[in-house]
This record gives sequence, C-alpha cells and structure tokens, in this order.
Amino acid sequence: MPAVPVLRIGNACGFWGDAPDAPLRLATQAPDLDVLTLDYLAEVSMSILARQRERHSELGYPRDFLDVIRSLAPLWATGRRLKLVTNAGGLNPRGCASAAAAILREAGCKLRIAIVSGDNVLAHLRNRRESFQNLETAEPLANLADRLVTANAYLGAAPIVEALQSRADIVITGRVADPSLTVAPAAVHFGWNVSSDFDRLAGATVAGHLIECGQQVTGGISTDWLSLPDAANIGYPIADIAADGSCVITKPPGTGGRVDQHAVKEQLLYEIGDPARYVSPDATVSFLTLALSDDGPDRVRISGASGSAPPGTYKVSATYPAGWRAAATLTIIGQNAVAKGRRCGQVVRDRVRRQFNREPEEFLAECLGAGDGARGVLGQRDDVTEVVLRLAARDADKATIEYFARQIVPLVTSGPQGTTGYFDARPEVREVFAYWPTLIARDCVKPVVEFMEV
Amino acid sequence: LTRVRIRLGDIAHARSGDKGSAANIGVIARSAAAYAYLERVLTPDAVAAFFSNLKSEISDSKSLPVTRYALANLLAFNFVLPTALAPGGSLSLRSDAQGKALGQILLEVPLEAPNDLCGAGFHPHE
Repeated sequence: MPAVPVLRIGNACGFWGDAPDAPLRLATQAPDLDVLTLDYLAEVSMSILARQRERHSELGYPRDFLDVIRSLAPLWATGRRLKLVTNAGGLNPRGCASAAAAILREAGCKLRIAIVSGDNVLAHLRNRRESFQNLETAEPLANLADRLVTANAYLGAAPIVEALQSRADIVITGRVADPSLTVAPAAVHFGWNVSSDFDRLAGATVAGHLIECGQQVTGGISTDWLSLPDAANIGYPIADIAADGSCVITKPPGTGGRVDQHAVKEQLLYEIGDPARYVSPDATVSFLTLALSDDGPDRVRISGASGSAPPGTYKVSATYPAGWRAAATLTIIGQNAVAKGRRCGQVVRDRVRRQFNREPEEFLAECLGAGDGARGVLGQRDDVTEVVLRLAARDADKATIEYFARQIVPLVTSGPQGTTGYFDARPEVREVFAYWPTLIARDCVKPVVEFMEV
Repeated sequence: LTRVRIRLGDIAHARSGDKGSAANIGVIARSAAAYAYLERVLTPDAVAAFFSNLKSEISDSKSLPVTRYALANLLAFNFVLPTALAPGGSLSLRSDAQGKALGQILLEVPLEAPNDLCGAGFHPHE
C-alpha cells in the first residue's frame, strides 16, 4: 500500500491584526498547499467583538477576514483546491460565513462553507454560577456572572472533522483551541480516530501549536532575530504533516527569516505550562518525548509526540468589563531628562487628583530608556539625556480617564523644555475587559456544524 | 578551574509570553554542557531572586513563585511565573503587559561559569 502523502498546512494569520495580504502571499508562494489556517482569536478578543456587535448586530467577527476572502476568491474561482480553516467566526460564525459567501458568490466561486458554533456557554455560566470558579485564583464566579459579556468554550477538532468529511472547502468556527485548526484536517486526511489516536493527534497538536502564531516559528521574535536574512519578508510557516503525526516545519522558498531548531524550540515553549501535560481538547500532549532533527535548509522535523486522552472538560474563556484606560507617550530630551519625566508624571497625576479629589484607580508613569521597562530587574539609568515618558491610567469611571487623557499633551507648553514627540492630540480612551478562565464539563457543550453553499 | 563572568544570553536563548496572569519563559541551552551547568545554577529560586523586584503594579504580593520544568530532550527549561502578570494582560498598565520581554530580561542574568563552557557552546551572535 503506498504511503499516504504528507498534508501541507500553512498558517498566514497569527493574530487579529496580522498582515491581511499574508494569506494570498502564502497561497501563491506555496502552490502545493493543501490547507490554510488563520487564527484571529486571543484571550480577550471576544470581548472586543461583543462591543463591536452591540454597535453593529450583523458583526461580531474580525472584518479583516472579509478582505482575506476577497483576496483569495480569484484562486478558488480559477479552480485552486485549497481548504481554509479559521476561527474568524468569532462571536458570530453564521454572520461571518454569510458575508464571506456573498463575496465568493460575486467572484464566481462554487464552494461549500461549514459553520462550527456551539462554543458560546454564557447562559451556562449565568445559570450555574456556583460551578465556574476562576482557574487561576479559585475565586467563585458568584455575582460576577451578571457582568460577563462573553463566555466561550475552546472546542476541539471533532466538529471541524465532521465539516471536512462533508466536503467543506471553508470551515469558519467560533472559539476552538488554536491547534485544533491543524489537527482536524490532518485527522481527516489520514483517517485518524479523534477519540483514540492520541499519539498522532498529539503530533498534529504540536504542529498546530508551532504554526498558530505565524511568523513566530520562522524567525519572528527569535533571540537571534538580528541575524535573520531578509527580515522584511519573513515567510509564513508550513507544517508538512505525516501519517504518524510527525511533521516538518518549513516556509516557502525565496522568503526571509529562518526555520532552524533554535526558532522551533523557542516556539515549542511559547506560552505553555507543564511540558509533560500540554492540555488541548484533542489530546493531552507530552513535549518530553519530542525529537528534533534538521531536514534540509529551513526544514526541521519534529517527531515523537506522545498523547493521552484529553480531560473531560473544555477550557472556557469568559470576559467582563473592568473599566476604562488610556495611555500616551511624550519624548523628553535634555539634561535631567529622567527627573523631568518623573515630575511630568506627578503633574498629570496631580491634575486628576485636583479634579476628582482622588487618584485614578491605577496610574503608571514609565521613563522608557531609563530602565523602567524592567524596573527593579535590569539597571536603572538616571543620567540619560532623553527618555520616552509613557503615562497610563485605568479607572472604573470613564470621565476620570477622559480627563487624564486630556492632561498629557498640554505638557508640551507647560512641561519642561525639550518636551516633544507627541503624535495624537488626545490618546484614545478604551474600555478594558478582564479575563475569567474556567472549565466546563464536555457534556454541557454541544458543537453545531451547519453548511452554506456558495 | 577558571571561571568567567558571563550573561545567561551567552550560553542560552529564550522566549516568553503570557497565559492569563501567568508568564512563562522558555530558556534553551546552546550546548549540552551549558544545559548541565544551567540545571545546577538556574534554579527556580535563582530566577525568583532575579525577578524579585518585578511586581505587578497592583499586586502587593511580595513573593514571586517560580516553577521550573526541565525538557532534557530539547536542552531546555520552562519557567512558569503564575502571578508575574497579575492582574492579567488586558488590565495591566505596564508597557510589557504580556511578558513578551521577560525572556530578553532573563538572558541578562549574570553567571559565573566554568571557562570551558564558553567554548563550543559560546555563541555570541553580535
């Protein structure tokens, strides 16, 4: 029996805000790509989408994604077979899919879109508030339940597998675990059983973990970044996944950056806890059995992942509003720049106190360049002749932060000589959301898969 | 045996990030000898001591718990600091609210290393 060929899965969006032209670039640079994954959702992204949906009920998903669909449509219209798996659905996968379908129809594409939802568990948290303690602090949810704006379970690969088995070309999900975007197409391609092939699922989970942050595995944010070739054109990553779940991480030829064991090891360790128990909804993975080897230029092979059954719970990311914040910077140049910067911070703080008879709940003045970025850890320098003064404040009261935001630029005429470098007349006042991680029993969550024909 | 003053970054590379209020820092030795040395000296207590002044802006907790996980297969350690970023990336006012720079900061840890460590594994890129 001939071996099943590897599956080429690329990632061209590591976060909401990544370059919107990257997916088309990667698809063009790698014409043999089988699957493109795009990851849009960070821990508190859902709360931003919730506020967006309050203003525009048809939204609730990152609109950048529609530009990506528009850019890829000509490929599909001319017969390119490329699966797209993305969590761009955010809080509104159906709305996202409808908007994408309209664009694709107009472009003359004939495609099947699958919609994965069922991750919204807000009602569960509200109805059984005694059950959902904070995973980090063990605090009870209690009355905070009334303030929650979002609560989404991280679904696994299973509903995406169902979608792909029903010949979906595009899968648009709400919240799913990031690596599951990669695990699902691999499980379908190789015929893995998503409830028992734990070593293979573990291997694909590692592949997904490595590519989910885009350029971070191809040289981006590496310790040795300064020696990267062509840093202006770092390639987006591709995982060539094999039938045993092992993979080769690489990038398209002709792109900048570097895929070597250094970059792969750094990304393996990125945002993980216990490496013997990397928990995903598809498998609990041990990184302690992984073996890395070079496989040619810009190719690193990762094998040996071991997996066991995932826990009987899904992780839930819930958010609630926690006040308002603003931050701004000024540049201060001249003798005693650090002392001047510190005094300016006190001036702004004083002005807020005089106006409201109290301080903002949180206030921070950092003299960047004088060591404040790692205050108390790396050396302080009080003798520099220029600093960037960064002022930030947070408060439950919006008016307090609006007032704070208006007190910064006046330092250009009232502060020390040499105060410059202001770009915005007033910094933007933004609502902030706090994060409530918790767990929910799997049987409380019912993933839903629907289809939309273009 | 002669010893030389080096920075952790001379024999290791790193990457850091956040998960809620926790920060983690992956530290990867550039040689097997460096890994064996770091296993002895880069203890959780040493890392906690180095970061002891780095407190969140609102948490008044004086201690900074640190857990070290060893990945001998990768010549690496993962340090988890469960409270380092309290009250969490979205609330913290710090420039580095998400702990992205903690790896670079840790690479500045001064070490007294055996001279021979800085042979094959010595890897100053600049």
